[in-house]
Amino acid sequence: MTVAMPELDSAILARRAQIVAALRRIVPGEGVIASEDAMRPYESDGLTAYRGLPMVVVLPETTEQVSAVLAYCHRERVKVVPRGAGTSLSGGALPLGDGVLLGMAKFKRIRVIDFDNRVAVVEPGVTNLAVSQAVEQAGFYYAPDPSSQIACTIGGNVAENSGGVHCLKYGVTANNVLGCELVLMSGEVVQLGGSHLDAAGYDLLGVVTGSEGLLGVVTEVTVRILKKPESARAALIGFSKSEDGGECVARIIGAGIIPGGMEMMDRPAIKAAEEFVHAGYPLDVEALLIVELDGPRAEVDYLLDRVQDIARACGAVTCRLSNSEDERLLFWAGRKAAFPAVGRISPDYYCMDGTIPRAQLPLVLRRMQEMSVKYGLRVANVFHAGDGNLHPLILYDANKPGELDRAEQFGADILRLCVEVGGVLTGEHGVGVEKRDLMPAMFSETDLNHQQRLKCAFDENGLLNPGKVFPTLHRCAELGRMHVHAGRVAFPDLPRF
Amino acid sequence: MTDTVKPRDAAEVEQAVNWALADGKTLEIVGRGSKRAIGRAAQWDATLDLSALSGVTLYEPAELVLSAKSATPLAEIEALVAANGQELAFEPMDYGPLLDGATGAGTIGGALAANLSGPRRIKAGAARDHFLGVHAVSGRGETFKSGGRVVKNVTGYDLCKLLAGSWGTLAAMTDITIKTLPRAETEETVLIFDLHETRAGKLMAAVMGSFADASAAAHVPAPLAVRIAEIAAARGAVTALRLEGVAPSVAHRKAVLEKLAAPYGGLGTLDETASRAFWRAIRDVTPFAAAGPAGRRDLWRISTAPSRGAELGLALTGRAEAEVLYDWAGGLVWAALPAADHAHARLVRLTLAAIGGHATLIRAPAAVRAAVEVFEPQPPALAALSKRVRDSFDPRGVLNAGRMWAGV
Repeated sequence: MTVAMPELDSAILARRAQIVAALRRIVPGEGVIASEDAMRPYESDGLTAYRGLPMVVVLPETTEQVSAVLAYCHRERVKVVPRGAGTSLSGGALPLGDGVLLGMAKFKRIRVIDFDNRVAVVEPGVTNLAVSQAVEQAGFYYAPDPSSQIACTIGGNVAENSGGVHCLKYGVTANNVLGCELVLMSGEVVQLGGSHLDAAGYDLLGVVTGSEGLLGVVTEVTVRILKKPESARAALIGFSKSEDGGECVARIIGAGIIPGGMEMMDRPAIKAAEEFVHAGYPLDVEALLIVELDGPRAEVDYLLDRVQDIARACGAVTCRLSNSEDERLLFWAGRKAAFPAVGRISPDYYCMDGTIPRAQLPLVLRRMQEMSVKYGLRVANVFHAGDGNLHPLILYDANKPGELDRAEQFGADILRLCVEVGGVLTGEHGVGVEKRDLMPAMFSETDLNHQQRLKCAFDENGLLNPGKVFPTLHRCAELGRMHVHAGRVAFPDLPRF
Repeated sequence: MTDTVKPRDAAEVEQAVNWALADGKTLEIVGRGSKRAIGRAAQWDATLDLSALSGVTLYEPAELVLSAKSATPLAEIEALVAANGQELAFEPMDYGPLLDGATGAGTIGGALAANLSGPRRIKAGAARDHFLGVHAVSGRGETFKSGGRVVKNVTGYDLCKLLAGSWGTLAAMTDITIKTLPRAETEETVLIFDLHETRAGKLMAAVMGSFADASAAAHVPAPLAVRIAEIAAARGAVTALRLEGVAPSVAHRKAVLEKLAAPYGGLGTLDETASRAFWRAIRDVTPFAAAGPAGRRDLWRISTAPSRGAELGLALTGRAEAEVLYDWAGGLVWAALPAADHAHARLVRLTLAAIGGHATLIRAPAAVRAAVEVFEPQPPALAALSKRVRDSFDPRGVLNAGRMWAGV
């Protein structure tokens, strides 16, 4: 663990008993957890290299309780870390030793299903998959499908702006959320959006989505639900060079085809997945592409013909089409199990999440191989090829001294490379604590200050999830100061009329 | 006479804002001025004319990405992407016909600052959903960036979303990156004749929840249908549903749609050419064009839950002789009301309060826009938050101050 968290506030810790008692008055019964053993499950999220116990865990059940907890913490200057299902891969829900861990797991109700307006109103603790399940009888679903969808919650999806394998065609969380009820750190409750489209004023919903729990606590979410496509078929296409695979992806999109899903795996990932799932993946290829088309059967077949033609023209060495729903799911089974599959061939792995302009893929893969040699660690790649979101999995053994550190340095180098070629640090996993200190690779201090001032507009004392996203914490008063450069420049060159 | 500052590049935009800060001046940000008549009528000390910031700087069709300086004409960008078989999927409307009759005058920066969209909003999203990256100068006189050039990006707050629809009150955008998408190979529109608003709403809901996968759904009541050439011959109300895609898909979905719609009323079809022209008219709300018979009416743009659109439209028609056009399957209600010094604001807002949504007064004389709230008034906690957001970018209120609300 190499990231420094905010220093513990001894004055707050000295008042722990008093704070716990006050929280118990707001959330009665078992909703406040203060014993070390019972708090243990909350010590980390999906990024398990980082862990620590919170001062106290609070599990509210109503918006009123959330509001009262936040208002109390605001008044008493107690830090708060919100948590959904704890599946974050960037440490977004890492507890603070002098902070309240605010678990939203009890917000489990689906409040409204409205097919006429194609929306569902759900509480933030409802899992991603449960939303789709609640509407599937009528043939609807919720489009964003992060691979943790069985466990991850809608509240967490909003916090992280989660994606999934279908987001090239159907968008990420931000494109599929219409409204939310948000409790500010002050305890004030605001309603953003609803069953209608677009914001009445500033698009605060848009900026809250993906804000990693730093701007407010979501207590209700209105999501867009869609009619499930009539059919879906997938093509499994193998290439002897990753460049050919990349070219194929570019040409498919260039031909005006936006597949429902388009995923690529490199040789080590293919091998690991095939050995684990036996999906029938070819083992003699350097890159494997899964292209899924969805919609009416007539459209799917028509476009798959075109995809096959493009694949052949790009030098594909194998190409199989799914001929049944079972076969389609089998094609996906390997890809969806890629992470655990890699987990079988290495004691530990570290999953990265950069996004690059797709054309840079061959260069990035080549440079990554060089880094792999330099650090003495293997790397396997799975890639949301349609949108350029790369998930290199760095294989290491935490029991070997120095390997975790090397894996982290390797990962940081990969992310810097993503930024260098015109991409970004994180496509869907979030900054959290993990990539916090890499933010200056992408943003100047002025860029970051504009972001942090926005945080100040929501949370003037920096109490909500501090230590995440921003490498340096500034006081709002200091950030807010204006530096007018009066007289320094006369602006003689500006054309005036 | 108002001072006009016309920077030649992004660095000069920063200089201009610093000049305004140093001199205590307020600035009105203008691209090519096509939407100047929208918003609260306010006074600014000087005009920040961004029109020299023009030109596409990057376009990679296979990467679905385009970057341009902020005042690049939207028409130039649309022509460029069309030449590559692509489009801006959010189908940005052109306010020209509604405001002064001129078409094609807007800029990409204006499209984003106003968060424009069109009939495809219900399927493909608004400008906000296609806005990947930005460089801008805040009201602090500092240049900052957000986002990038890739679609999938959660690195830091998504300030693009915040700038989309902020009407220039947070920052002056200088460089913009957006997502482009393949344009559908063909399209066709199915028409259903003579439906009452309520029934049209039900049909549109049924279609949007079907395999027809319509990319647009509008209802044009009888008095307005005659103002759109492609449907004028119907001489009655027309409900229209657009199907886009490859030909075999459109044919298949047309059959699905016609089967669904047959019990509702008589059917018709617009072929590709007529369909494109028709949806352009809906997009630009030409039945209420400044040059047309409703040109002097006050015009409200109201976003509500699609299932409540008809109820809202009928209430406004019954109480104030509104003419109403429905887009977004009923979720977008354009209501043209007889000109009045209050623009019927009370009626619109009270009616909407019971239904839910938000209303913007798009067209009214400046004196009216100075007297009534143009944007939807917000509850106190939200209004205070909006003000703090505004202040975080522009604490002195230099940029477009008062364009959205007093002080914002």
